Amino acid sequence: MGLKAAAYMALGAIGLVMAVPLAWMISTSLKDPSQVMVANDRWLPRRQVMSKYGPVYATAVDGVAVRGTQVARSPRGRTLRLLEPAAMAGRTVTVAASKVRPVEQVHLHWGNYAAAWSAIKVESAFGGLLRNADAFLIFYINSILVAVAVTLGQVFTSSLAAYAFARLRFPGRDSLFLGYLATLMVPAVITMIPVYILLSRLRLTDSYWALILPAMFSAYGTFMLRQFFLTIPRDLEDAARIDGAGLFTIYWRIIMPLSKPALAALTTFIFLHTWNEFMWPLIVIDSLQLKTLPIGLAHFQGPYATEWHLLMAASVIVMVPVLLVFIAGQRYFVRGIILSGIKG
Amino acid sequence: MASTTDRPRARRRRHLGSYLFLAPNFLGFLAFTLLPVGAAFILSFTEWGLLGHPRYVGLANFSKLLGFHRQGGALTANDPYFWKYLGNTVFLMLGIPLSIAGSLFSALLLNQRLRGVVLFRTLFFLPSICSAVAVTLLWKWIFQEDYGLLNTWLRGVGVADPPRWLVSTAWAKPAFIIMGLWTAVGGYNMILYLAGLQNIPAELYEAAAMDGANWWQRLRHVTWPLLAPTTFFITTMSIIAGFQGGFVAAYMMTGGGPAGATTTIMLYIYQNAFQWFQMGYAAAIACILFALIFGFTLLNWRLSQRVVYYQ
Repeated sequence: MGLKAAAYMALGAIGLVMAVPLAWMISTSLKDPSQVMVANDRWLPRRQVMSKYGPVYATAVDGVAVRGTQVARSPRGRTLRLLEPAAMAGRTVTVAASKVRPVEQVHLHWGNYAAAWSAIKVESAFGGLLRNADAFLIFYINSILVAVAVTLGQVFTSSLAAYAFARLRFPGRDSLFLGYLATLMVPAVITMIPVYILLSRLRLTDSYWALILPAMFSAYGTFMLRQFFLTIPRDLEDAARIDGAGLFTIYWRIIMPLSKPALAALTTFIFLHTWNEFMWPLIVIDSLQLKTLPIGLAHFQGPYATEWHLLMAASVIVMVPVLLVFIAGQRYFVRGIILSGIKG
Repeated sequence: MASTTDRPRARRRRHLGSYLFLAPNFLGFLAFTLLPVGAAFILSFTEWGLLGHPRYVGLANFSKLLGFHRQGGALTANDPYFWKYLGNTVFLMLGIPLSIAGSLFSALLLNQRLRGVVLFRTLFFLPSICSAVAVTLLWKWIFQEDYGLLNTWLRGVGVADPPRWLVSTAWAKPAFIIMGLWTAVGGYNMILYLAGLQNIPAELYEAAAMDGANWWQRLRHVTWPLLAPTTFFITTMSIIAGFQGGFVAAYMMTGGGPAGATTTIMLYIYQNAFQWFQMGYAAAIACILFALIFGFTLLNWRLSQRVVYYQ
């Protein structure tokens, strides 16, 4: 019993540490710009109540709580024209400044999101199809485009190669596979510079190609799928072969449908990785209209470096799709990590 | 029945089919992984600013990076920045043992058969899948020295003069480590540990309990040794990632400053290659980094041979 309670306490403590920064991001993103720096330890965004005469203050006159707007300020204190209670409305009172406090209410400033979304404009995107568009819209479309293309491409080429490595017999298969395995150890940093040079020679830098093409082939995906394909029983294939099915039919109609869990795991993996990729797009992309969300956010940070409410709103905008994909694919994702870790 | 004469042809056709399956991936692999590895190696012996042709300079890049010379009697590195940034990179890797311990602890907690555990797992895991750029912006705001959440709290509990985190040469690296822990503790490593824990046969715990082992003894003598392959894998991956780490954080939060305090090798490679266009020099740094990663992986593997017990 005591152990169970202790476990819950520890879980709660770690959970709190994980949740607080995220909550802080959301809280900041919903604050009125005037409140971000002043009331920085407030969690629920608030702002001062406005009347048609201006911001509302509260104080007490002869023990009666009153509210009013400020009409003057002097060394003697603040002069308020009262609004409430109704019996005293219109009267002006002067009280010591220390006795006056602003009246606040909870206020979620959703406008930050709209402001961040349209803060930067892209003159022309997709060959002039969109003109003077909100930058984050363009970043979003770019990110989706690149992530979908890379994911489809990588899953397709990896599964084809994995099928060959797992099922077909041909000269040089095992040494080739060993070569794939060896490059799993090679850090990305070592290929980065030559690939950049290659693409720039082909005049493909600063284009979608630079983001999609090099990412479409991976030793990792091939390796992971091969491990999974090996676990599929051969009987089904043999039956199909006797029925006269070709290699591609077997791959497409038997192996792929039976590998849905592994494919789902790999898909989630690649999608999230591509979506969050930062360094490579930063290297190969210069034009604003080609930027993906992460480097778009980095670009956004330039002119708005201290506008924390906008920066946090933009960060939330970047994170939301990742969270949705993760929640949808969590099961597969977790299994994918396990597949890659245990077999690796 | 295939006759003996057309068998080789049939085999050749089958092989052709196999190669067709392999071709798309292999060509891409060749163009974007295999050849670039070789190219990086060759490039590291040249000097090249992207325009014109690379000039062969022999070992000049390496002697500049790794060599020393006498300056007024004192031994000085030819490129003191390289050593400083290597030091920064290794300093940031001090977070790795903490992060692994945290992941193991979280996994042990999540492995208890408690209600609501899946919810906690999701929550712990969230920081690790969030876009790194967004996460670094968030922590830049938390670490902000005047209005940030952390210093607001520290002042609240009576620390009159809290650290100036990202703008202080002394505190910027610890700040990076704190942020790194937040993202890594509940991430991949925790899931791997969780999987490892679930693979440990319950009989072993029952046997240990019969022998009167308390929970610490069970952890020390059953769980920990059986998790050794997982720990080995995690340590290896963390070291590989650690040597290549710090780029997003440095780029977004500090620009590598203050005074180079958070510039890692990865940022130095980026600066050399893509800001100063010293492709040969950058490739040489990348090669040294690769050698370091390879060396440490090997060392880790050797050490683990003594302690890791595979079932």
